[in-house]
Amino acid sequence: MSFLPELTIAAALDGLAAKDFSALELTRAHISAIESLDPQLNAFITQTPELALEMAGAADAARAAGSAGPLSGIPLAIKDLFCVEGVRTTAASKILENFVPPYESTVTAQLKAAGAVFLGKANLDEFAMGSSNTTSGFGAVTNPWQRNGSNAKLVPGGSSGGSAAAVASRMAMGATGTDTGGSIRQPASFTGITGIKPTYGRCSRYGIVAFASSLDQAGPMARSVEDCAILLGAMSGFDARDSTSAERPVADFRAAAKRGVKGLRIGIPAEYRMDGMSAEIEGLWQKGVAWLREQGAEIVDVSLPHTKYGLPVYYIVAPAEASSNLARYDGVRFGTRVDGEDLIDMYERTRAAGFGAEVKRRIMIGTYVLSAGYYDAYYLKAQKIRALILRDFTEAFAKVDALLTPTAPSAAFGIGEKTDDPVTMYLNDVFTVPASLAGVPAMSVPAGLDAQGLPLGLQIIGRHFDEETVFAVGGALEKAAGFSALPAIRAGGAK
Amino acid sequence: MSLDTATVRRIAKLARIRVEEPEIATLQTELNAILGYVEQLNAVDVTGVEPLSGGAQMAMRLREDVVTDGGIADKILANAPDREGRFFAVPKVVE
Amino acid sequence: MAYSLQGATGAWEIVVGLEIHAQVVSESKLFSGASATYGGEPNAHVSFVDAGFPGMLPVINRECVAQAVRTGLGLKAHINLVSRFDRKNYFYADLPNGYQISQFAHPVVGTGVVEIELGDGTIKEIGITRLHLEQDAGKSMHDQHAAKSVIDLNRAGVALMEIVSEADIRSPEEAGAYLRKIRQIVRYLGTCDGNMEEGSMRADVNVSVRKTGEAYRTRCEIKNVNSVRFVMHAVEAEALRQIEVYESGGSVTQETRLYDPARGETRSMRSKEDAHDYRYFPEPDLLPLVLDEAWVAALKEKLPELPDEKRARFRDDYGITFYDAGVLVAEQATADFYEQVAKGRDAKLAANWVTGDFFAALNRSGNTIETSPISADGLGELLDLITDKTINGRIAKDVFEAMLETGDRARKIVADRGLTQVTDTGAIEAAVDAVIAANPDKVAEYKSGKDKLFGFFVGQVMKAMAGKSNPAIVNELMKAKLG
Ligand SMILES: [Mg+2]
Ligand SMILES: [Zn+2]
Repeated sequence: MSFLPELTIAAALDGLAAKDFSALELTRAHISAIESLDPQLNAFITQTPELALEMAGAADAARAAGSAGPLSGIPLAIKDLFCVEGVRTTAASKILENFVPPYESTVTAQLKAAGAVFLGKANLDEFAMGSSNTTSGFGAVTNPWQRNGSNAKLVPGGSSGGSAAAVASRMAMGATGTDTGGSIRQPASFTGITGIKPTYGRCSRYGIVAFASSLDQAGPMARSVEDCAILLGAMSGFDARDSTSAERPVADFRAAAKRGVKGLRIGIPAEYRMDGMSAEIEGLWQKGVAWLREQGAEIVDVSLPHTKYGLPVYYIVAPAEASSNLARYDGVRFGTRVDGEDLIDMYERTRAAGFGAEVKRRIMIGTYVLSAGYYDAYYLKAQKIRALILRDFTEAFAKVDALLTPTAPSAAFGIGEKTDDPVTMYLNDVFTVPASLAGVPAMSVPAGLDAQGLPLGLQIIGRHFDEETVFAVGGALEKAAGFSALPAIRAGGAK
Repeated sequence: MSLDTATVRRIAKLARIRVEEPEIATLQTELNAILGYVEQLNAVDVTGVEPLSGGAQMAMRLREDVVTDGGIADKILANAPDREGRFFAVPKVVE
Repeated sequence: MAYSLQGATGAWEIVVGLEIHAQVVSESKLFSGASATYGGEPNAHVSFVDAGFPGMLPVINRECVAQAVRTGLGLKAHINLVSRFDRKNYFYADLPNGYQISQFAHPVVGTGVVEIELGDGTIKEIGITRLHLEQDAGKSMHDQHAAKSVIDLNRAGVALMEIVSEADIRSPEEAGAYLRKIRQIVRYLGTCDGNMEEGSMRADVNVSVRKTGEAYRTRCEIKNVNSVRFVMHAVEAEALRQIEVYESGGSVTQETRLYDPARGETRSMRSKEDAHDYRYFPEPDLLPLVLDEAWVAALKEKLPELPDEKRARFRDDYGITFYDAGVLVAEQATADFYEQVAKGRDAKLAANWVTGDFFAALNRSGNTIETSPISADGLGELLDLITDKTINGRIAKDVFEAMLETGDRARKIVADRGLTQVTDTGAIEAAVDAVIAANPDKVAEYKSGKDKLFGFFVGQVMKAMAGKSNPAIVNELMKAKLG
């Protein structure tokens, strides 16, 4: 029997079906991986081994009864932004340090119904605001990857950094993530795994702690395109409790991942070739182009002229929505309270103590851009440019079936680097934000290593609700790239 | 546009976040860096462009008028930092 | 003569606009499936959505939208087929999300107009600026505990219609008439129960004063006034205060005030001292509200007849006075009652009875139309007995009293008590003769020109016949006999 945590979800499902091992065995292997690795990585805020064993036992029973679900017995990490009934849910914020939701998010409810096993709640940037997982109120997450010949701690990316680190280090077979401006794709790229942000409206937002409502989308993170397809199949679908949820059938993503790219037109947007972009990333991008062409895709140069405005638009829209979404953390109905002289003093002390620096910054920027006299200059203007960004995509997708770009402008950086100036940190999301603003699906697939031995991802962007093409291109890239490098810190690994 | 310290205080007040005096200058610098960064949007001509407020392009569904929820006061109050019986409690407000 | 207030510097005109918050009649809340029922144990009608829990999302109630559209149609207002929700951001203990979902930039209903009638019978038009849908907040109570305010979220999330008027109102009377008219319309439509005691209707009153011909001066908003009488008082009290401020050389600052009914004055609200900056922006958890034109048309089709139209029809079809018609259409139930009584009968007689003895009886007994001991059918039967001359009008009043007392039908009372009118000319003639014979002196006076005594003779005959004689026959015979 192989080392269980190394299996892909697809392989584990086969093994479970063939009774090569049980869900309990698979889960125990992951629990012990967490026990040995998480003290180093801090990928989990809350571990739920008892719940996991209970769910695994139920999965084994279901399989024995012939009623196994599509994810029966698969151990997952759940980003601590998804409410799981009866399990502490913090959004990595001290303000929710002791919050136990009496309700379940739709995505996790669907995963439970599919038979998945929850290993715990994965760390993230506080309220998903960050690209490095260093803003968590529960400590930074360490990337399981290290530079060649160095054991300097690197960031896993963010905000779904705990999910990414858990999956990359084999503590979990897959994880849920959420992506507001790149929070699934950028950490996937930094940790050598695959992640997809589906179309806005594909996965229900019900029960997911909100950051920026018009951008937030849940999606899967796993070690293969096929595994992401399996997970997304279970996570997505219409939910009447989310007004922005799309009433559309869920396609067979797993089949789509094997479709190939023959005859597809793939666009290469000129504007993603940014000043100062490293030659390694440019080189990897060209490799990606070649791989797709070799497999029968037609490569087309396209233009998305408003790309460079995506990031500034995002840093107006997302904080504005966040400033409002986070107003509910006032110490009245749930969460941490710090007493004050009167109600207002209580609010101010509660929020000063409960929120970290980055969250406060964003709330303040958001408050400012919505305030009297500034709304038109900032928020309204940003919304109009957001419309232009969507128009860029619409026009490009009239010519091509998908776009290929790098996922991030760099590989993982060191914990503590890039923290002096918030704007430098924001630049991490330069390639991922436009798709978020337009609401289109986008995936990151590991495509190679940089000179220091760190993984780099390529991003595939598709049309609204055409995740199938994204999976098809992702599958083709994965096959051609043959990415097989392993992180330094991993279950069953050398360290 | 750049923020003066009075504006930083006013925003903090509006956002109900207590800011201690020594934090003001740092916040001012950081917020101005962000505002300086988004300044580049001024270069974009948006004449005649309709603003886009959401990621979804569809009309809103309407729910039927049926009572399907409520009657869960215990759960509603379970996480409350302070309560009086079946009420939430806060420091006394003078109107 | 236009209303004005006399100050030391001369006459002042008052300028008033109302924002009426009317609670929508619906089973469940605007954005959640919790019950919209008034009252209940604290926090019983609350879902996680209403309490603003992390990850909770609003989903709009179709019926609440329909109610807003019906109301808009009733206000003869423009229905916006595309509207949108915005967030109004502010912190308050009974506002769970830290924002209210409202409609700021694009309300569901645009401009309209209502007619109000004033005491002197004149009709005035008051413009409607807009009507929008929004959530109610919860309830803070400050007197339940020494050091704490306590919060009940039962009302949080219940649908409200905010009906905003133009600043067309120029007197306390007009303000009262306008509020009553809006209440009448929403009650007719069934879109709000208009119950001001329970807070299902309340008004924010914007008041300013000016000298004739001036542009508008600064206004103050008096929050949450909860009766017609208080609105009228508040308008006057606030106008007088502002006049005093101006006349003592001061200036009025725009602010939110509270009306204190016990003291009959308004005062500044401490809790709203913060400069308002609501940071409205489009609610990203919701999509644009797009109404189907056919759906709106179908709602319009099913709209009930509104009070103005009903009043005109009553006047025209039933030949009753415009005034009586107004009294009868004040409440839908009264109008229905009247129409049932009037159907196939003398409509004027029916109007007299309903607005006269019947209303008086309801008032006396503390009943409403709904709890009336006499049904429309029962009153109709009494009227039938008058019309077919079984009883005369005088006896009818006794029968009506007996109906109230016993609950019996009119026909039964008349039969049991032998109240049938006497139309036998012979019997009446005998009585007439007897009265003439018994009063020779009065007859002489009458004949010498004291015409007024005719009533005395008729009265004596009626009395002798226990009121049951047909008054027309008595008159006729008496006239003949007296010459
Ligand atoms: Mg108001
Ligand atoms: Zn309002």
